[in-house]
Formats: sequence, structure tokens, C-alpha cells
Amino acid sequence: MHDKTIAELSAALAGGDVTSLELVEAYLDRIRRLDASLNSFITVDADSARAAAREADARRQRGDAGPLTGIPIALKDIFCTEDLKTSCGSRMLDNFAPPYNAHVVAQFKAAGAVILGKTNMDEFAMGSSNEASVYGAVRNPWHRDAVPGGSSGGSAAAVAARLTPGATGTDTGGSIRQPAALCGISGLKPTYGRVSRYGMVAFASSLDQAGPMARSAEDLALMLEVMAGVDERDSTAADRPVPRYSEALGQSLDGLTIGLPKEFFGEGMDDGTREAVNAAVAEYERLGASIREVSLPSSHLAVPAYYVIAPAEASSNLSRFDGVRYGYRCQDPQGLDDMYKRSRGEGFGPEVKRRIMVGTYALSAGYYDAYYRKAQQVRRLIRDEFVQALAEVDVLMGPTAPTPAFDIGSKSEDPVQMYLSDIYTIAVNLAGLPAVSIPAGESGGRPVGLQLIGDYFDEGQLLNVADQFQRVTDYHKRAPAGID
Amino acid sequence: MALDANQVREIAHLARLAIDERDIPDYAENLSEILAFVEQLGSVDTEGVEPMAHPLDMAQRLRPDKVTHIDERERFQALAPAAEAGLYLVPRVIEQ
Repeated sequence: MHDKTIAELSAALAGGDVTSLELVEAYLDRIRRLDASLNSFITVDADSARAAAREADARRQRGDAGPLTGIPIALKDIFCTEDLKTSCGSRMLDNFAPPYNAHVVAQFKAAGAVILGKTNMDEFAMGSSNEASVYGAVRNPWHRDAVPGGSSGGSAAAVAARLTPGATGTDTGGSIRQPAALCGISGLKPTYGRVSRYGMVAFASSLDQAGPMARSAEDLALMLEVMAGVDERDSTAADRPVPRYSEALGQSLDGLTIGLPKEFFGEGMDDGTREAVNAAVAEYERLGASIREVSLPSSHLAVPAYYVIAPAEASSNLSRFDGVRYGYRCQDPQGLDDMYKRSRGEGFGPEVKRRIMVGTYALSAGYYDAYYRKAQQVRRLIRDEFVQALAEVDVLMGPTAPTPAFDIGSKSEDPVQMYLSDIYTIAVNLAGLPAVSIPAGESGGRPVGLQLIGDYFDEGQLLNVADQFQRVTDYHKRAPAGID
Repeated sequence: MALDANQVREIAHLARLAIDERDIPDYAENLSEILAFVEQLGSVDTEGVEPMAHPLDMAQRLRPDKVTHIDERERFQALAPAAEAGLYLVPRVIEQ
């Protein structure tokens, strides 16, 4: 049963082949047996999950079930859950049990989904390897010495190891797509504003976006239908209807034009990744799509622009952690300033402190124009080039990450090398576009992800293009060894 | 732009972060590398380009200014490291 997708489990529940309680017990048992070697969960909420499963089964008896009623899911530990620890992977919030649910959490609960627990992540979503968590590194289920990617590394590893059929992630610079690629699963970053950010601990507010992580594009569609939509509590949540994404699948790709940005196929890409992506593009040609080369000439500026904008916004957002209203406070503070400084110095880990300092510097008097304003100007150049490319083609395609999963410890001492693992994903956040990563084979025994980038609010087409590939390939069905 | 130890101390102060003296050289090195990396932005001609703050260039949506939340002070203050009589407690800031 654990090898089934959300769509298959939904059909099994509807057909009476299994109850939600049986499913939840099976996944809880798997987490208990297998997660000690992966560390993908920070909190498992077994009792509440059982209670929610019983309620979902009762709801189904009443004839009131939707597609996700009774389906177990996991939440990245960045989504606030009422009375359930929400740590963001940080010592700062190790003692924090929020007094409210994030919009996304409330939406899943209303749909009858069952929350198994909260997944591990890089501290405050700042990282690309899930090594920067106060709860320890997460291991890649395909290769236990390798990272799962980050920052939604716990969610990606848990889905890959079949500890949950689906999970939420957040993506500020690639934090859904890159771990999805490295763990051999599917992950969608929706258009900026498609999903409410209310109750999602903020990192960089003009870039942050929540999205689904699961095994198939069809499952992403089912989850996005629940997650997306307007919310008064997030003024950037788009006020536009949510299509039935799962019903828009099954469209032929005849006549589809795919653009390959030549800058995404340059130096620095691993050979095995290149071969897998080229093979996937050839598969799309067989499906009826035509391929055209396009250019995004400023894309090499995306990572540097991001590492001004994101830290600047983070330094502002994270100023709320002051040891006064919630979260960590240092022992025996000697005055107010000492309390602020030591609470933050002891509560935040090294990468978070680095980014806060970069952002503080970039926003400080005399440097604002040279860094922040300049980066925002470059951001517009990058966005305009995407808009121009997407006027010529239907979707853009390329690798999600330049290499497959790297070994734990191999980049943790070199921040700039770590930042470059998001070289193909970051520009998409700057532009605010939707993009999905789907499994497309392997390189050296480690999964490779194919990234598809669509036009604003065109998640429906993007998911259909991903789904068509998954109907003729089996990469997304492959499971790592040692998870039985 | 290479940062020296004093600049790191000043930035840490502005950010209200206590940094261990022993870690200052590492921060100086890492932050200098990051700043050197982002410095390539300076070579781009952005004359006349409007800075972009919102990916969709949308304006903030407004809502009617009416009370929608109930008072949950006790519940929120239960999360505080130190609270008393409806107030958040911090170290003394006014001399006796």
C-alpha cells in the first residue's frame, strides 16, 4: 500500500479497500522503523493523526469525502500548526507551539487530510542540503552518505522513502524543486501569490511560496487544488479562481512548443545530468512537442541578485525574533541589548547569522543603492527575459540542479559553492513564475530532476506537461533500496 | 569588498547578534566571499531600469478596516519567555 500514489490511495479509500486509520497506522509504522536512519521528521504527531483518521473515516461513511479525505500528509516544519511544535529547524523556535494554523494547514484539515507530523528542514529554510538544521542532517534515501537537498529536505526524503505519500514544502530559491530532484520525487513551486503565505514562517517575503511535494504530477495537482486560493490574511495571495488542476490532465502535447534556455545547458553541468535531461527532451519530441532554443542572457546574474535580495528581506523578517514574545531567550540577560544579542546569537545557527549579516550590510546606510536597489533592477531584467521567452514558447525546460545529490559535508564549509547548487532554480523565484521538477533518470546511481517552467498562473498546463511524461516513463515510480 | 574584523563586529551589532570573538575571522572570510560574489551585479548596465519589488508588479490589496480578531492576549502571552499581569517582561531599561 505504501508504494501507491495519493491518487491511487484516494481510489482505494473511496472503494472501501482500506480505511484512513489503517493507512495512518501503516505510515506511522514505517516512520518508526525507517526514519531513524533518515532523520526526515522533527515531530511525529501519532495520536492526533489517529484521531484525524477516525474522523476522516466517519466523514466518508457520511458520504462527505473529497479526494484528500483520509490521505496522510506531512508538513514542512515551517508551517504553523496550532498547539504543535513548529521549529523551522531552529533552536530559536524549539519551544514554539503556535496558537494558530497556517492557511495551508487549515485548508488540508478542512479537506480531511491527516497530518502525520512535521518534517526536517534547513534552519529558517536557508540552505540547499538540509545540513543546517539544529535537529541534524537529513540523509538521502537513495544514498545515505548524500544530502537530500534543501531546504525542504525532510519532506523530499520522507516522500522518497514512502514515509508519507505527500508533503508540503516552501520554495524561496529552489527549496521545493532542488530536494525533489535530488530525492527522485515531483515538486511544484506555484506562481508567487497562488498559495497564501499566512502562517508560513517568513524568510524572503517577495520570493517565498508554498507548494506540494509528492511522487507524481497528478498528486501535485490534487494537493495544489487544496492549497491554492485567495486569503484575506495574505495581501499578496492572488484573488483568482483555482482551476481543477487534476481534471486538466490528459491533454495531448501535439503542437506544444518547448524552449530550452541555452544558458541552462552550459558549463558546470554534470555529464550524467546532461544525458538524462537530453533523453527527457527527446521523449517530449516523441510525445509531439517541438523544441526550440531560447536565451535568458541575464540568468547568470540570478544567484548574485538573489543573495542580496533574500538576505536583505531575511534580515528584516528575522528581526522579530527578539526573545520577548515567543521563542528562545538567553539565560540571565544583562540588560535589554544583551538580551537581544545573546538570544539571537545563541538561537540562530551560523548560516542564518551569515545571511542576516549580509542583509544588514546590504541595507545599511550608504550601501542600499549599490546592493539592494541594483539587485532589484537586475531582478527586473531577469523577469523581462523570461516574459519574452515565454511569449515564444509554451514551457521552458532544463535541469533542476547542476549535479545529483552531493555527499554530506562536501559543501558545508563553502557558502558560495552551496549557493550555486540553486543556479537553475533561483531565477524562477526572482521572476515569480511557476515551475515543477520531475524525476528524469539518474546520474551515477543518484536521481536527476527535469525542471519545467511555465507562464504566470499556468500551473494547469505545467502539470499536464509533467503528467504526460510520467504516463510514458517510470522514473517517478522507482524506489530507493532498503525501504521495505 | 573585503570586510575586516571591526566591520564584522559593527554589522553584528546592527543586526543585534552576539558573535563569539573566535568566530569573527570565519565570518569576515565568508561574508567577504559572499560580497565579492554579488559584486558582479555592479558590472551590469541598469540605467533607467525600474527596481522590481514584487514579482507580478501588483499593488497591495486593501480590506475594510474593521475588527475581525478576538482578543487572545492570555493565549499569546503563554508563549512568552516572561510575562506578568498582561505585560511582556524584559530586563530593566530605566534606571531607578
